[in-house]
Amino acid sequence: MNLLDFDIDRLHTALQARHCSAAEVCRAALATIEQRNPALNALLSILPDRALKQAADTDARLAAGAPLRPLEGVPIVIKDNQCLAGTRTTCASQMLANYMATYTATAVARLEAAGAVIVGKANLDEFAMGSSNENSAFGPVRHPLDPNRVPGGSSGGSAAAVAAGMCLAATGSDTGGSIRQPAAFCGVVGVKPTYGRVSRYGLVAFGSSLDQIGPLTRTVRDAARMLRVMAGYDEHDATSSLHAVPDYLAELSGDADTDLRGWRIGVAQEAFGAGLDPAVELAVRQALKTFEALGATLVEVSLPRLGYAIADYYIIATAEASANLARFDGVRYGYRAPDVTTVHDLYALSREQGFGPEVKRRILLGTYALSSGYYDAYYLKAQKVRTLLRRDFDRAFEQCDVLVTPTAPTPAFKLGEKTDDPLQMYLSDIYTVTLNLAGVPGMSLPCGKSGEGLPIGLQIVAPAFEESRMFRAGWALEHALLQ
Amino acid sequence: MTDLATLLREKYEPVIGLEIHAQLNTRTKIFCPCPTDFGAEANANTCPVCLGLPGALPVLNQAVVEKAAFAAFALNLHINEVSVFSRKNYFYPDLPKGYQISQYDQPFSVAGYVEIPTSERDEGGRPIAWQLKRFRIQRMHIEEDAGKSLHEGLPGSSDASYVNLNRSGVPLVEIVSEPDFRSSWEAYDYVQYLRRALLYVDACDGNMEEGSLRCDANVSIRRRGSDRFGTRTETKNLNSFRFIQRAIDYEIARQIRILEEGGHIVQETRLWNEREARTYTMRSKEEAHDYRYFPEPDLPPLVLSAETIAALRARVPELPEPRRRRFAEAYGLSLEDSTLVTTTREAADFFEACVRASGNPRAAFNWIANELLARIPIEKLSLTTSPVSPEALAELLALVTDGTLSNKLAKEVFERMLSTGKPPKAIVQELGGGQVSDVGRIEAIAAEVIAANPKQTAEYRAGKTPLFAFFVGQVMKATKGKANPQVVNEVLKRLLEPPQ
Ligand SMILES: [Zn+2]
Repeated sequence: MNLLDFDIDRLHTALQARHCSAAEVCRAALATIEQRNPALNALLSILPDRALKQAADTDARLAAGAPLRPLEGVPIVIKDNQCLAGTRTTCASQMLANYMATYTATAVARLEAAGAVIVGKANLDEFAMGSSNENSAFGPVRHPLDPNRVPGGSSGGSAAAVAAGMCLAATGSDTGGSIRQPAAFCGVVGVKPTYGRVSRYGLVAFGSSLDQIGPLTRTVRDAARMLRVMAGYDEHDATSSLHAVPDYLAELSGDADTDLRGWRIGVAQEAFGAGLDPAVELAVRQALKTFEALGATLVEVSLPRLGYAIADYYIIATAEASANLARFDGVRYGYRAPDVTTVHDLYALSREQGFGPEVKRRILLGTYALSSGYYDAYYLKAQKVRTLLRRDFDRAFEQCDVLVTPTAPTPAFKLGEKTDDPLQMYLSDIYTVTLNLAGVPGMSLPCGKSGEGLPIGLQIVAPAFEESRMFRAGWALEHALLQ
Repeated sequence: MTDLATLLREKYEPVIGLEIHAQLNTRTKIFCPCPTDFGAEANANTCPVCLGLPGALPVLNQAVVEKAAFAAFALNLHINEVSVFSRKNYFYPDLPKGYQISQYDQPFSVAGYVEIPTSERDEGGRPIAWQLKRFRIQRMHIEEDAGKSLHEGLPGSSDASYVNLNRSGVPLVEIVSEPDFRSSWEAYDYVQYLRRALLYVDACDGNMEEGSLRCDANVSIRRRGSDRFGTRTETKNLNSFRFIQRAIDYEIARQIRILEEGGHIVQETRLWNEREARTYTMRSKEEAHDYRYFPEPDLPPLVLSAETIAALRARVPELPEPRRRRFAEAYGLSLEDSTLVTTTREAADFFEACVRASGNPRAAFNWIANELLARIPIEKLSLTTSPVSPEALAELLALVTDGTLSNKLAKEVFERMLSTGKPPKAIVQELGGGQVSDVGRIEAIAAEVIAANPKQTAEYRAGKTPLFAFFVGQVMKATKGKANPQVVNEVLKRLLEPPQ
């Protein structure tokens, strides 16, 4: 059995009909991992015993006649910056190379409670800082279609695992595009929910006001299903929202749901500017035509401050990161430099040796932005720009139901292509970071291929807590592209 | 060289401000459900949140907000409807997250004051002259405590330090005064009152030994008449009233000595060393931290509606100083006496109940101050813990007032009330009745005594007046001490008058 032949709906049909058992599905996932992970390096931990036990539980439940839970028997992968009690949670950093989580992240616990079978923990850019997965202390993840290319980042391991059939779904985390950009590169669906939609409890923080956990899946319906399970208020996260979680799947079933008549699709000219790869532009414009064919109207909108987004993001995210990563000091857990004699050396050497270069770069940037004398010029100014960006979206959504942009300016690039130029690397997040700054949800889904056969992603953006719209439009497009 | 007292009187004026950290007495910590009990096994009261484990997030304990509101009301502070938590960034082994969650530019409350009696003290520490003064409070904000580093007294202490994180995440308020104090005793009286007020509203247990109340003092010196501040130092680690007062005096003297010698005060943080009774440089201005405060993204702003604030305010009891003034005015108590009976809210309740039951504030005060407090410390006096109820005490006072008991007898009855818990009337019965005030009966006894002692009678009548005490003693002996001494005096004087 090959997981690439399945999505969650099909798997559930098969489980229900007893065409296969959860144990078989789990073994198939583990077999693919065994076969492909040595080359791809998508997973940092593989959890066969744990997974097979969960699968056996599912089979026992089904044998006893219990109904399928939303993710019953679904093999999934968890990004390795999300805590799973009793397993290593490394954040792809030497700092946490041997760190065993003592508790489970809320979103992960909800997935398990819904019947998901966790087969492994996915590689990432160290502490989720990166756009190519080359910043992992445990080696880069390779693109499943081309070992010389990156899978995107920071949730590169998650995206590659789904694309390679190691699992049916994965969790990622998205601070500036870390779910959507690798989803686009690997040709899978990736969702960054509204800020506050999914609990961050147990997600190792990077930029606390930007971070969200979200799903990477093979289909829009699967993403909707995963999000429905993970979303909702959590008493352990004061920033999680009390907003009710709708049944996202309810509007993603019949032919009528592919009808987008009356929908206004916003297209921002700023999202089709310089630096956009022609193949990407072509694929996205084609998809826009498909939306029109489904009955939607294209509306021109403006995001006039999009050009400030990258700079704004790298001040706010790094400022928060500089504080969030202060706890990794070698005192209580994690890496501790050997042979230190003073507290100062304990801090300096543990952090010097425990963190990789990109993490150090961002800690320094963030520390600088918050420093006395610079705070107003950087952090405070960045917060004001953030407010303006949010207003740009508010204004755009007065004219349209969803916005459509490319997810990333290019398809997957080559390993090493941008590692010497951090600014060039940062620009690959240009279409995605703005959503994190504004707090609104976005989804990347495949919309075509480049001349080299590399996947191209399209981003659908919805107003806060309107993920339903994003799923509906995405599902309709996905459906149409399959025809 | 001129002595310090003269210099202080004629040339220099100290300017003192206080920063006080008070632990709010909630059952659980500020951002997690761990208990706050003092004395638990090291690191037992911890969880992912207060250990700063990766991925853990703070959630504000609503009980902290209530206690902070009560503390704010106790100090006449204005509570902001919106306040914001901020991260204060610095590295220290007992600070698990590498930042402390505190409040910075939008604190919980601002612009308060206390108006309290204060006095300088003489050499013996006795107050010289009380006067009412108003001390302004700039702000009070909410924050979490850090853990505790232990450098001594443990196995391996010679080459290792230990960290106990039981205190990590214990809720604190930091109360920042304006630089309104002009002497160490003003500071002392302020901290005393602050502790009392926080106890009244049940926001803090006031236990200084356990660190529930900690004080830092900012001290500077300026020329009398100047309206500019001098360079200040901050002295830390003042965890008893005496330390506060002594450390400030030390710092005042140190700074004046430097100025008199033509030197300059260095802006720095100093540490009080009690053993050596002096302060030491801890860090200079150059070594001061850049805390890089920024709003805590894990916590939404703390929003309290005007209605919520009003509802909390309605639950605040009468505060100690207003209550002291009311007692002084309504019951005719001196400043010292009214201060004494308002030491704690419970003691004040006890006193007031006794006044209500007896209608005799003066006697109630005397009995409580002289007799009850001789046996039970005032901190322990309350309606529930007193060995004598206010009603029973009032009953005893009534028996003294109506002459049933002499003061001496009353004290005996009081002793028995303490030991048996019985009401005074029952004890009087057991003792064979109260005081004998019946003039006829005492006359008869006195006549017998005079008749039985003709020699002494003659001598007395001849002018040996000190013998009067002998006759009083004899009458008392005959009545087993129960005769009303006033009546005895009167009767004896009359019967012993030399015949005209
Ligand atoms: Zn805790």
